[in-house]
Amino acid sequence: MWAFLNKLRSPKWFYTISARLQPWFWAAALILIVTGSVWGLAFAPADYQQGNSFRIIYVHVPAAFLAQSIFVSLAVTGLVFMVWKIKIADMAATVMAPLGAAMTFVALFSGAVWGVPTWGTWWMWDARLTSMLILLFLYLGVIALRGAFASRDSASRAASVLAMVGVINIPIIKYSVDWWYTLHQPATFTVTGRAAMPMEMWLPLLIMVLGFYCFFIALTLMRTRSEILRRESSKRWVRELAEEAN
Amino acid sequence: MPASEGALGKEEAVVRAEPRGGLAVAVWATLKRDLLLLLRRRSEVLNPLVFFAIVITLFPIGISPDPALLAAIAPGLLWVAALLAALLSLDSLFRADYDDGSLEQLLLTPQPLAMLALAKVAVHWLLTGLPLALMAPVLGIMLALPAGSYLVLAVSLALGSASLSLIGAIGAALTVGLSRGGVLLSLLVLPLYIPVLIFGAGAVQAAIFGDSVLAHLAILGALLALALIFAPLAIAASLRISING
Repeated sequence: MWAFLNKLRSPKWFYTISARLQPWFWAAALILIVTGSVWGLAFAPADYQQGNSFRIIYVHVPAAFLAQSIFVSLAVTGLVFMVWKIKIADMAATVMAPLGAAMTFVALFSGAVWGVPTWGTWWMWDARLTSMLILLFLYLGVIALRGAFASRDSASRAASVLAMVGVINIPIIKYSVDWWYTLHQPATFTVTGRAAMPMEMWLPLLIMVLGFYCFFIALTLMRTRSEILRRESSKRWVRELAEEAN
Repeated sequence: MPASEGALGKEEAVVRAEPRGGLAVAVWATLKRDLLLLLRRRSEVLNPLVFFAIVITLFPIGISPDPALLAAIAPGLLWVAALLAALLSLDSLFRADYDDGSLEQLLLTPQPLAMLALAKVAVHWLLTGLPLALMAPVLGIMLALPAGSYLVLAVSLALGSASLSLIGAIGAALTVGLSRGGVLLSLLVLPLYIPVLIFGAGAVQAAIFGDSVLAHLAILGALLALALIFAPLAIAASLRISING
């Protein structure tokens, strides 16, 4: 464990190892997403109530999963950075935050598009929609805070603290919004109605979720690598790398 | 010679003994100092209250002076306006101390920074949250808030604003080193305020509908307990980041 952590301290080691891992994740993401999309969009049976519009879940659900997991990853990398001062963790957090915000936006947007045929409106103050919107604001806060500092080290530590504070608050926000929703509006139609899903609908969804995760890992590896090059651009191994490329 | 040596020894003893004066002394001193400073700058204490009153005045003008309509939305309006007033005053929480360097002295004291920060937040609540809570019933009358909910409004605001001060202080500590942290501060802090708003406004709603208020107040208290445990640590960590950066 400690040897592994010590290795992680070295951006160069991460740069080499991620070069080997990256193609596998890209390949897995491509295969899974293509399979999942074709299966989900063309072959899965239409929902007996929502018709074909339910197929949006093949984008919506994976995006929502990622939106939440990425915020947790931000907090974990923040903690790792604060405790062990591992720079890679902070570089990963830097590149993950915009991706998480984008995924939250995709989840919100696809939810709105799905809401038009199903609910007849783009926006409902539904408990889930509201908590996703708050999550988007939390992401924007972390990104804005990181951008506001002149010194990179302060920016990193401030963003880490905010991500950790946010993660403690996410369950509290989630439950209080649920409570608020049940208090204010009786649940006339629930999104949870689709809990019992037939296998041929559920399997492509699972494939899509896995595909999105692979995509997230691959993209994070790739962007972390460029972040390493950018931050370590004065180091000798990076210069040698650049000379080799030339 | 021996006499002066003795004096030196005594001085050393005093210097060494001082940290043993302990946490309570340091916290009390911070409390007293901050209270005194804020009470001498009365406008800073009064401004959030005036802001609260003005914002509440805007709603009947902007929406409708109809008492029935106002009564229906009054709990939410009062809570949102009070929350924004508390937020406005946050930016100055550590600002003056940061500018004149006394914040650095706080960091250097042997006492834990988290407790000293807690004392500063307590002063902020005493002079912002508590007055807002006491003033809210008066504005409630102007918004035709139904009878029977005034006490709950004040109590929920007093309880809730303590959590707001604690959570907001994290944001204030993170942004104190930035020259224009004001808008950023609201962006960071407002999403975290939502649970407090839900249960605070919910308590007043429950009082109007004759439901049990205690559940809401108990959850507000639970949120405050959580904030009391975690927020001072986060504030201290954030202050260290802002000072060193």
